[in-house]
Amino acid sequence: MKKVLMKGNEAVAEAAIMAGCRHYFGYPITPQNEIGAYMSARMPKIGGVFLQAESEISAINMVYGAAGAGKRVMTSSSSPGISLKTEGISYLCGADLPCVIVNIQRGGPGLGTIQPSQADYFQCVKGGGHGDYKTIVFAPSSVQEMADLAVEGFSAAEKYRMPVMILSDGTLGQMMEPVALKYPAPKLPTSDWAATGTQGKRKPNVINSLFLLCEQLESAVVSRFERYKTVVQNETRVEEYQTEDADICIVAFGISARVGRGAVNLARAQGLKVGLIRPITLWPFPSSTIEKAAQKVKAFLTVECSMGQMVEDVRLATAGKKPVHFFGKAGGTIPSPEQVLAEIIKIGGVK
Amino acid sequence: MIVFDKPKSLSDKPMHYCPGCTHGIVHRLVGEAIDSLGIQGKTIGVAPVGCAVLVYEYFNFDFVQAAHGRAPAVATGIKRANPDNIVFTYQGDGDLASIGTAEIVHAAARNENITVVFINNAIFGMTGGQMAPTSLPGQITQTSPYGRDVKACGYPVRVSEMLSTLDGAGYIERVSVTSVKYIKQAAAAIKKAFEYQKEGKGFSLIEVISTCPTNWGLSPSDALKWAEENMLPYYPLGVYKDRNN
Repeated sequence: MKKVLMKGNEAVAEAAIMAGCRHYFGYPITPQNEIGAYMSARMPKIGGVFLQAESEISAINMVYGAAGAGKRVMTSSSSPGISLKTEGISYLCGADLPCVIVNIQRGGPGLGTIQPSQADYFQCVKGGGHGDYKTIVFAPSSVQEMADLAVEGFSAAEKYRMPVMILSDGTLGQMMEPVALKYPAPKLPTSDWAATGTQGKRKPNVINSLFLLCEQLESAVVSRFERYKTVVQNETRVEEYQTEDADICIVAFGISARVGRGAVNLARAQGLKVGLIRPITLWPFPSSTIEKAAQKVKAFLTVECSMGQMVEDVRLATAGKKPVHFFGKAGGTIPSPEQVLAEIIKIGGVK
Repeated sequence: MIVFDKPKSLSDKPMHYCPGCTHGIVHRLVGEAIDSLGIQGKTIGVAPVGCAVLVYEYFNFDFVQAAHGRAPAVATGIKRANPDNIVFTYQGDGDLASIGTAEIVHAAARNENITVVFINNAIFGMTGGQMAPTSLPGQITQTSPYGRDVKACGYPVRVSEMLSTLDGAGYIERVSVTSVKYIKQAAAAIKKAFEYQKEGKGFSLIEVISTCPTNWGLSPSDALKWAEENMLPYYPLGVYKDRNN
């Protein structure tokens, strides 16, 4: 199939359109501005809606409105903007509304840098907003995967009626790679729960996250968490690379997984038995894959562009059975495969 | 012959509002307007955070509950999704004039084709009577126990005047529900605002001078009197913007 050269930000935008998304609300922030620019050029040509909101908060609330009206809708931002959107994400979860949110992470905290980072893991995977909720979090590690996971993101969001976050970073958003964008024609949702007007034919639909009685809220939250169990069963995704005979297993996602893969290749060239586990979904987290690996490997090395966030989930999954080491780079810097190899040798990966 | 009946757009649910509160009157005026325009089946309301947080229980059409102050953004998403729907927000002064100022200003600036019913009673009601941006100079509230001190807290926000400076805003009128005469004017204004949207003319907002007997510490009748004597001079009634004229 014919491939085209695209930035990750452009690919995720085009894939969303191919998935039937016709509503995009956003606010400018680097390094994700290509998404808004792409949508602003494309949407008017295909009868879609592009709206640059007055703030990140308004953008996510426009998403909430359009999702409540039953539409396939998307927004995107980068770390400081996602902080502002977390209020809306909590409401989307509380009202069981589907949407896709793209986070092209940059260094933090605060205004941080515009360089790539993975330091929003806690915020995006563990919640970030108030209350008991989960969002499905996809972690692409190539431009192709940015596109593919956007398409699948809409399906998953609608199937489970919850937001899906594409947790990417400034590298994947900005870099160009050849991609093949070909997806089946989208099957748009028919949402009998949406606020579209009764037309005098049904009882009113109310999109809401408010409960006056705590017992009612408890039962809504418990039933939502029952649904989350099916997400864990059906949607957990992980990729393994050269793990069959590995003594040391790198665990890394997104851009760090590409560095990790390079480190595996360097290590193998030296005869070191090193493999890579790459979570593709961060929630649900592929704990069972890591748990199984813990029975075989001598140690894990978690690599992240942060001071160590996913490493806590790796430690939980291994339950202390094997040592879990960490190597990370903060503030918008990225580790090199050579640095990761040096860490592998340091923790005992000798011939 | 029935000469007076409940609007079909209102549900049978008993309202939770305090005795003497004017929310019930405004709900009825909204219901009457929607009935008379025959738009009940395609209307979507957006509920605020505040005393009217349960407004969706009192109407017979679809509703979306918004986060505090975000109703105009939520309404924008709904209207852009389905432009044939009639979409309105129902917001108090804490919701619209305090935490939600960015959302209301930009919805008006965009000439978003929605209708806003804005209840101004110069106080935060649901949380127990705190000072609002619309509280009058010297007004005693839970968080201005010595009276609103303009040196520390600044001056009240006149929302209708402020928004009418925007080219995007289509129709803005301030009305009152403190007397029968004013209620009739309010009814006409609210109906006109919905007509405005129905005809695709853009953003409309009706500011309704209302009372809060409970948090003002007044009887319902004294509250009406207080509003007319103190609020109307500060918040003059009238049409602030009408693009048609």
